[in-house]
Amino acid sequence: MASFLGTQINPKSFHKSQLKFYFLLVPVGLFMLLPVLYVVSQAFKPLSELFLFPPRFFVSNPTLDNFARLFRTASGTGVPMTRYFFNSIFITVATILLTILITLATGYALSKKNFKAKKTLFSINQTALMFVATAVAIPRYLVVTTLGLTNSFAAHIIPYLAMPVGLFLVKQFIDQVPDELIEAAKIDGANDWHIVTKIIGPLVKPALATVAILSFQFIWNTTESSNIYVIDETKKTFAFYMNTLTAATAGPAGVGIAAAAGLVMFIPNLIIFIVMQGNVMDTMSHSGIK
Amino acid sequence: MMMAENKIEKKDNKLKKLYQTKIQPAWEKVDKDKLSTVLLLAPYIILFTLFIVIPVLVAMGLSFTYFNVIEMPVYAKMGGFYNYIMILTQDEVFLRYVLPNTLKYAIITGPGGYALSFLMAWMLSQIQSTPRKYLALALYTPSMLGGVLTGVIFRTLFSGDKSGYINAIFLDLGFVNTPIDFLQSGDYLMSIMIFVTLWSSMGIGFLSMLAGILNVNREMYEAAYIDGIKNRLQEIFYITIPSMKPQMLFGAVMAIVGAFNAGGIGVALSGSNPTPQYAGQLIVNHIDDYGFIRYEMGYAAALSVLLLLLILMFSRVAYRLFGEKDR
Repeated sequence: MASFLGTQINPKSFHKSQLKFYFLLVPVGLFMLLPVLYVVSQAFKPLSELFLFPPRFFVSNPTLDNFARLFRTASGTGVPMTRYFFNSIFITVATILLTILITLATGYALSKKNFKAKKTLFSINQTALMFVATAVAIPRYLVVTTLGLTNSFAAHIIPYLAMPVGLFLVKQFIDQVPDELIEAAKIDGANDWHIVTKIIGPLVKPALATVAILSFQFIWNTTESSNIYVIDETKKTFAFYMNTLTAATAGPAGVGIAAAAGLVMFIPNLIIFIVMQGNVMDTMSHSGIK
Repeated sequence: MMMAENKIEKKDNKLKKLYQTKIQPAWEKVDKDKLSTVLLLAPYIILFTLFIVIPVLVAMGLSFTYFNVIEMPVYAKMGGFYNYIMILTQDEVFLRYVLPNTLKYAIITGPGGYALSFLMAWMLSQIQSTPRKYLALALYTPSMLGGVLTGVIFRTLFSGDKSGYINAIFLDLGFVNTPIDFLQSGDYLMSIMIFVTLWSSMGIGFLSMLAGILNVNREMYEAAYIDGIKNRLQEIFYITIPSMKPQMLFGAVMAIVGAFNAGGIGVALSGSNPTPQYAGQLIVNHIDDYGFIRYEMGYAAALSVLLLLLILMFSRVAYRLFGEKDR
């Protein structure tokens, strides 16, 4: 029986049989982080170290020069970097809030309401999990143009609000909420709006946090909308700017700025995920496709 | 003055009457519960239709036409199948590079990334929760970088001159005498793309499988040991995987979608579309090439349809393996 206790899933205590997993996992984990660490260290390198041969992995005299230069740069058309940055923040916040609201409402209806097309709708959404947006970039562009969204902030937001994965996860999570709770609320006179905002919303916070993270990771990093839907330089996003910056500036000096920009892009990702890691894992427990 | 006020009063009365006789009864007849269901669903369904369903349908429609954006689309030759026939018989780039590249890339990074995710998730489940949390974060980090940043990182690491870190190491160790132009050479680009994609493949599917493994009922294992299971390998195949099939399926679908979605990485690394000697050219890039560079939208749409079919085919396999249709 002793050997059994050692082979437990999710062990509470340390056992020497776990050592072999650490021997594999720790190097793999470090290996995964190495490229990220390299960019971090690159971002803090002064020019002299960026030009250094042979290149060193870690920075020896860290400076903020690259960041200072990044914030002073402006695109070829004279739009300052901060403009792109605030565009991105606005777009990201708006997208996340709207996505959460829409997904929550739909998830509630698909999980707790009774109507004919319920099963069909859910299975259509489940099929859409396989949807690869880049495959139909052109028809999507045609839709955006027909709706007259081109060249507006809406073009960064509206095409990305329907998120099949998000709806799928939220619906699965709402399924765990007991029906009696909703019945009781209805007897007390609550309507759907109350139920969604006061009962379901707070109960499925982990799932909503996960949707927020997924939506954030997509919208903060995407360059598609800036590349295709928006022509006006002052309405483009930070991800787009960074992409042009890194493509245009060759050589070590450019590398420093690119690394700094990359870091500025990455930090919000990391912070949000770390803060919400527990919520994400909670949601994932209900993520199975049955 | 009086006349005007009277008129307004008369109009008010008319509206009131209309409300009482027509609108109010009609409103009372409306099933409030149904109405609210419709309102809850409407935003998502509208957006879903506009940006997911319609684009797929339009792609299917356009694939049977010749469309150059400036003129109206015209029905393609050969009964509409001209584009498909051209792609499958005449498009040398597609047949010689794009299709083999895509299949090679998808088969290695899809199932490969998936197996890697499962293996890592399973190993993580065997250790205590605090170190697990940090290691899971480390493994997940690459997947949240996004295409742009991933491009920046690996363009610096694999840079083709002496300042590139990998080149510097190779020069130092004496593997090579002159720096290799990794990203501009047809020999290396594909391997680097596969490496980078595998590196960033531990995303949401990985988290789902980790949660799935951790949630397997512990009594199942105890019972299995009494029934004669001897080691961890048997444990995985007889208990873990069968009891987390739904998560395995979710993970598989995410791996497939991830593999096809990450197709832009070749262009991000080499900085050009088409990629050098078409070495990293995938269907996604071929679509962009025809759609946004040559403006042959009908042809690009036909390519899109083929890509969607390919994804569907891969997913079918996943559903075969892990789906629970009969439950």
